[in-house]
Amino acid sequence: MNTPAIQIIDLHKYFGELEVLKGIDFEVAVGEVVCIVGPSGSGKSTLLRCVNRLEEPTSGTILIEGDDITDPDADVDRLRTRIGMVFQQFNLFPHLTVLDNVTIAQRKVLKRSEKESVEVARLVLDRVGVLDKIDEYPIRLSGGQQQRVAIARSLAMDPDMMLFDEPTSALDPELIGEVLDVMRKLAEDGMTMMVVTHEMTFAQEVADRVVFMDGGVVVEEGPPAEVLTNPKAERTRRFLRMVLEK
Amino acid sequence: MAMTRRQKQRLSRGLLYLLAVAIVALAVVGGDWERIGRVFFNVGVMRDMLPDVLTVAARNTLVYSVLSFGFGLVIALALALMRLSSVGPYRAFAIGYIELFRGLPALVTLILLAFGIPIAFDFRVPGGRVGAAVVGLSIVAGAYMAETIRGGIEAVPRGQREAARSLGMSENRTMFTIVLPQAFRIMIPPLTNEMVLLIKDTSLFFVIGSTPMTRELVKFARDFMQTRRNATPLTVIAIVYLLITLPLTYLVRRMERRTGRGR
Repeated sequence: MNTPAIQIIDLHKYFGELEVLKGIDFEVAVGEVVCIVGPSGSGKSTLLRCVNRLEEPTSGTILIEGDDITDPDADVDRLRTRIGMVFQQFNLFPHLTVLDNVTIAQRKVLKRSEKESVEVARLVLDRVGVLDKIDEYPIRLSGGQQQRVAIARSLAMDPDMMLFDEPTSALDPELIGEVLDVMRKLAEDGMTMMVVTHEMTFAQEVADRVVFMDGGVVVEEGPPAEVLTNPKAERTRRFLRMVLEK
Repeated sequence: MAMTRRQKQRLSRGLLYLLAVAIVALAVVGGDWERIGRVFFNVGVMRDMLPDVLTVAARNTLVYSVLSFGFGLVIALALALMRLSSVGPYRAFAIGYIELFRGLPALVTLILLAFGIPIAFDFRVPGGRVGAAVVGLSIVAGAYMAETIRGGIEAVPRGQREAARSLGMSENRTMFTIVLPQAFRIMIPPLTNEMVLLIKDTSLFFVIGSTPMTRELVKFARDFMQTRRNATPLTVIAIVYLLITLPLTYLVRRMERRTGRGR
């Protein structure tokens, strides 16, 4: 039996009185690309942020390749190095150059040598197509370039899986494509990915499975052809009608 | 005869100008300039103050300021981190410390350290009374700068911390490699302000009594005023203070502009 990359068991999350996740159960298999869609406030970002414990689950269990990250004694920092994360706002470190953005965690966390970390940095920056910006500061880059550097920064840690939290939502429309292209390539290379997104075309083409969330529960999940083109639940249908009308 | 609002305005402004001109004229005509010159701008006294006013007094003022700023910064950083800690007692201690030493006049803290503590505990800070005063000023500066540093840390967007943590950096590593370098950039202007205040606060040292070699500017000037019965030393140290503080603020403004470009 293969251990899933991510296994979420009966996850609940409260913000004060408000229950934003009402018992989520699901798995992401190794090499699988799962897109999570749903209206804003449905809890999809919170779910993603619980996976690497940026958000503290109220109850429930999350296993990363079989290791319990929700265990109070878990070495969360260690586990996080296996989980890359890409944010809506990029969150590059503005006081560091592109190169240092990509090498700092390699050196400080993985204890790689200066030389090795630079080699890895050049490799991943080339992979996302921004090697020529290696000596620039983030402020000098376009949004699309910044997001690609952010992806490279995660890839440099050799993660086993990547979490994407609305990676194109802060981008100008003409810059979305270059980021989605990088993600598509990653998926083709077999990376395990969990993607919160509003890009229905991307989900349709790249996802192995689409999960529709609303009101803190998983309403429906399945292959994109089923969930996106032939949804069973009325809520999914209503949501898709609204998104596709735009 | 009714006046429009504009006419009224013009009239009142004209009267003010007239008043100002009258005061200046009165000062020029009626002031005893010969005496003012003798008391405040006595060249003989100025010459006698050199070179000690620079090589001893100004130097000491600078040394005390830099030491207090350095120690104060370390204290402030520790306090700011405690203030932001999730551990309740740390937070309580930091708040208590900050409120106490910001609430007390700096002079009280200085006297307490220079006289009170040695008498009470038979304990001497290295450097004697001046050493004690430096420690006292550091303690006070720490309280003030702690809030500045806390503000700087909180001004760094939360996403920075999340990105660092998601890369596997520990809380401390995140603070020192990602958050603080950005926070310090934000804090340069307010911290310089603290430095300028601190340079001026070393003037409080004159109450704790120092030897001819450990005098700072104010004590030096007061000693001169007493022996010469003349106020020129005040003029001289005022100029020295300005020579120190004005370039400092100018330098920092330039630094700010340069780092501002990198952001």
